[in-house]
Amino acid sequence: MIKVEDIHKSFGDEEILKGISTTFDKGKTNLIIGQSGSGKTVMLKCLLGLFKPEKGRIYYEESAIQDMDDDQQRALREDIGMLFQGGALFDSMNIEENVMFPLRMFSKQKKSEMLERVNEVLSRVNLENVNKKFPAEISGGMQKRVSIARAIVNRPKYLFCDEPNSGLDPKTATLIDNLIQEITHEYDITTVVVTHDMNSVMEIGEKVVLLKKGKLVWQGTNQEIFKTDNEDVTNFVYSSDLFKKIREVQIKEQ
Amino acid sequence: MKYLHDIGSYFVMIKKVFGSFTKRSVLRELIFKEIDDLIIDSLGIVAFISFFVGGVVAIQTALNMTNPLIPESLIGFATRQSVILEFSPTFISIIMAGKVGSFITSSIGSMRVTEQIDALEVMGINSLNYLVFPKIVALLFYPFVIAISMFLGIFGGWLAGVYGGFTSSTAFIEGLQDSFIPYHLFYAFLKTFVFAFILATVPSWQGYYMKGGALEVGKASTNSFVWTSVLIILANYVITQLLLSS
Repeated sequence: MIKVEDIHKSFGDEEILKGISTTFDKGKTNLIIGQSGSGKTVMLKCLLGLFKPEKGRIYYEESAIQDMDDDQQRALREDIGMLFQGGALFDSMNIEENVMFPLRMFSKQKKSEMLERVNEVLSRVNLENVNKKFPAEISGGMQKRVSIARAIVNRPKYLFCDEPNSGLDPKTATLIDNLIQEITHEYDITTVVVTHDMNSVMEIGEKVVLLKKGKLVWQGTNQEIFKTDNEDVTNFVYSSDLFKKIREVQIKEQ
Repeated sequence: MKYLHDIGSYFVMIKKVFGSFTKRSVLRELIFKEIDDLIIDSLGIVAFISFFVGGVVAIQTALNMTNPLIPESLIGFATRQSVILEFSPTFISIIMAGKVGSFITSSIGSMRVTEQIDALEVMGINSLNYLVFPKIVALLFYPFVIAISMFLGIFGGWLAGVYGGFTSSTAFIEGLQDSFIPYHLFYAFLKTFVFAFILATVPSWQGYYMKGGALEVGKASTNSFVWTSVLIILANYVITQLLLSS
């Protein structure tokens, strides 16, 4: 579980996060949603410790990240898996080396044991016979799956995903969303996904946090999001034609 | 103010490079890879340039010797002095600022743009140590490149002088040995070490702290070449003043 208490983050005179408090539950896919510029990525980077908030506290279980020294933060990061928007695979390494990288850095396993684990996670993300290929030789969807494999290879307690299905076709995007949710349940980890994709909200939003101009304006589940009268939620959710039509159908049915 | 900020961030970067160290076995592999990329891959161009510039120095010296009182051995002497004191350590370093410096900046800059550096940081890895330290260690072998350049430069001069009909082999070798001061080699290799450090760190700084996309990677590579060259020239002046002017 990750708990956030009243975090504020500014860049120069501009305050990006204005006192956000919430909890991200263990064993659930927690989604941070909002329009571009709402502070989602800044919030994610604060959670990861890449940005230091001026005010407020972030707790991983019982420990506040602000109270940790560099070594403790580094130890915490060994428990974190991250899926970046573009995959962030290392160009100079093949797929096998990319996935093995966290194991090589942090574990004392033999190479054969590491290889076994790499093949296990690659097969978990439905990738086979790609071990010796380089990131540039596989598709965007496959790169995302390799990135997920790399994120979970070290059995993390926390998984962060930044726009996991950006740039993917709808079918592959759904596949990635489902994979993230399955892994969250299977490994019983705390997953935080930053997205502005309503399909992701529908598919995997077990807890949804809506940010607007740096403030948390609503939180609930993907089921509740269609029932709430919160104006900010309806403005965000029904901004696309597809969801406007769904709304019209819902109103007619009522 | 921007320059002061940049100078400050450069020294902060150097401090962080020697901060928390990457796992030794991984670091060892990275160092060998960097030696291959930065040193071995540069040998061809360095050898080619050194050989021909050495030859040109010999020919130019010979063609400018119009006074019959000047001994032919001056060709060997001038080639040796030019190559050992300036051409190999300084001008090869400027060429390396273009070849190695641009490579370092663009590779680190691309990693920045594609969030690979963020990925390292999120994993709890000191990305500066992981990326820059192996380059610094690899460039400790840079004086070997310069030694090869010195040898080939002088060899090129001998070949051009003797087979171009400008001097005899005996006179050239006599010039090479004439008034040789071993301290000049110490001076040349000492400044080579300083240039190696500049070659490893300035382009790394340019790549690591760049912001933007692919276009900015190109701009950072250009800046990297400019600033690395400027610093090499300035360091050359300072070291020469300190070591040779007494």
